[in-house]
Amino acid sequence: MKPASLLRWESMLALVLVLEFILFSAISPYFLSVDTLSDATFNFTERAIVALPLALLIIAGEIDISVAAIIALASVAMGLASAEGMGTGGIAAVGLGTGLLAGCINGALVTIGRVPSIVATIGTMTLFRGAAYAVLGDRVLKNYPESFATFGQGYLVGPVSIELALFALFAISFGVFLHRTRWGRAIFAIGANPVASRFAGVPVNQYRFALFALTGLFSGFAAVLLTSRLGSTRPSIAQGWELEIISMVILGGVSVWGGKGSILGVVLAALVFGLVTFGLGLMNIPGIVMSIFTGTLLILVVAVPALVNRPLGNQR
Amino acid sequence: MSVLRLSALSGNARRDLAFAALTLALFLGVTIAFPGFAAPRNLAGLLDDTAILIMLALGQMLVILVRGIDLSIAANLALCGMLAAVFDRVWPGMGIGPVLVLTLVSGGLLGAFNGLLVWKLRLPPIVVTLGTMSIYRGAIYLLSKGAWVNENEMSRGFLAFPRIEFLGLTLLSWLAIVVAAVFVVVLRRARVARDLYAAGGNPEAANYSGIDAGRMQFIAYTICGALAGVCGYLWVARFAVAYTDIALGFELSVIAACLIGGVAIAGGVGSAVGVVLGCLFIGIIRSSLPLVGISAFWQMFINGVVILLAVLLSARQREFKRTILEVRA
Repeated sequence: MKPASLLRWESMLALVLVLEFILFSAISPYFLSVDTLSDATFNFTERAIVALPLALLIIAGEIDISVAAIIALASVAMGLASAEGMGTGGIAAVGLGTGLLAGCINGALVTIGRVPSIVATIGTMTLFRGAAYAVLGDRVLKNYPESFATFGQGYLVGPVSIELALFALFAISFGVFLHRTRWGRAIFAIGANPVASRFAGVPVNQYRFALFALTGLFSGFAAVLLTSRLGSTRPSIAQGWELEIISMVILGGVSVWGGKGSILGVVLAALVFGLVTFGLGLMNIPGIVMSIFTGTLLILVVAVPALVNRPLGNQR
Repeated sequence: MSVLRLSALSGNARRDLAFAALTLALFLGVTIAFPGFAAPRNLAGLLDDTAILIMLALGQMLVILVRGIDLSIAANLALCGMLAAVFDRVWPGMGIGPVLVLTLVSGGLLGAFNGLLVWKLRLPPIVVTLGTMSIYRGAIYLLSKGAWVNENEMSRGFLAFPRIEFLGLTLLSWLAIVVAAVFVVVLRRARVARDLYAAGGNPEAANYSGIDAGRMQFIAYTICGALAGVCGYLWVARFAVAYTDIALGFELSVIAACLIGGVAIAGGVGSAVGVVLGCLFIGIIRSSLPLVGISAFWQMFINGVVILLAVLLSARQREFKRTILEVRA
């Protein structure tokens, strides 16, 4: 029953994706060219890279709202490192390290401090974004070495950007990890019933800590790519991304109550999301209107299963 | 039951008292360093600066009490503020009454929409309000077509209302005082308030004793939304400008004030006095930053530190209570 319904969700997403393709190629003659589609991938790769570990975290029954703030903090750290004259490798390492550290702080608050993850990450979201503002104020950092631009602007082969290749690599790794390993099974178990998992010998808190650290690390990764692509850092960088990243995960069929979800769904959702953003851009619809769409989609995605499941019996 | 209720209340009162002492200590510390800080005029200014935060945080407290959270509160405020500004531009001579009613009702409806989704569909509050947050923000853009409504497009009465002075305080401050007083009295005395605490403390038990926990959530969201709506007008009139991004991210300050004021995110615990103190605490820090020579950009960071300290402490307290309960059971 469960795999079948999951499959249905994913085939629905695939159908939406096909419809989007047909719609946008009908609207704009430029849509179906390799260059255009290659450009379109930049609309989702960075966000989708954070959505992968966040999906694991949400499947395990936790949430991290601080991801966008971590991106901002890591970007500021990289800007400062660059101002100190660090090389490209060093700057990237600083970004990853900052992300990992921030993720570990979240993990420690939830596991050692026993703070519910929503509150803990609302707190750290304020803290990290606040730190970015405190350090930068209204300044902009943009003295990045030329070679640093490779991560976000470079191409691997032909129209395949480095960002896209990295996302594909990560998506496959996460898919294998979640669906094919013992650790992946444990993550589902924790999300479905943390107490039972603990009695079954799963070190629940170690998993939680590791997942928060992982989400932090990948937020740092997204910060490297985004900063490299933009070539500058403002404290408001990636503002509001937490909404879009969480929407991607939930649109991908990951249950907000934990215990259910698949990487394939998240990847499809990321593609759907990226194409919609790009398509609306083609139609000259401003980003803020796009947020109406995002918000409605987010609510619909959780509301539809609730409406459908209701006649089948109360969930509680 | 009555023993439990009494002990819970005394716990609340004890924490409020301790936090009041802390806030007073902060205030005295700043005053000793900068004697001008305690000047009546400065204090009136501080209250005026904190008034909107107080009203919003009280609304947010109701939502958190019933195990919800309203991330859309600042977007609701901004949308109703824009609505008020546009209404005033089209019918400038209508006076302040219709504007207040309009914002109260529209804010209430926006809040009720959140509440309905949480109550009837049992959707997670954080996802619902994250969604409505961006929907309401986007709606401002549609309403204003991205344009600003500036001071010269607002009528005199519209701008003057929150600034009217009475006994040395602005009407805005008085509004916050009245709202806070109503909350303190109603939360102590009214039956609906008891139901609210019960629904947040233990929804299952509340259901068995005839309280519809979902309906309580709906009521909390609606009141919270209505307060946010009126604050939208007050915000726009006070800062004399309306645009898409006003109060962007302010929901975090509001939630910070609640958490600092001792409202437990798990529901069922919190008091109006604590929340008002939490707001004043933030207000004192905010207005003393320039005195100490720290840039205003540090405000958010300090809020983050204080939120984390508050939630770490309250997590410890909750655990302590739980162990006692488990030992007794």
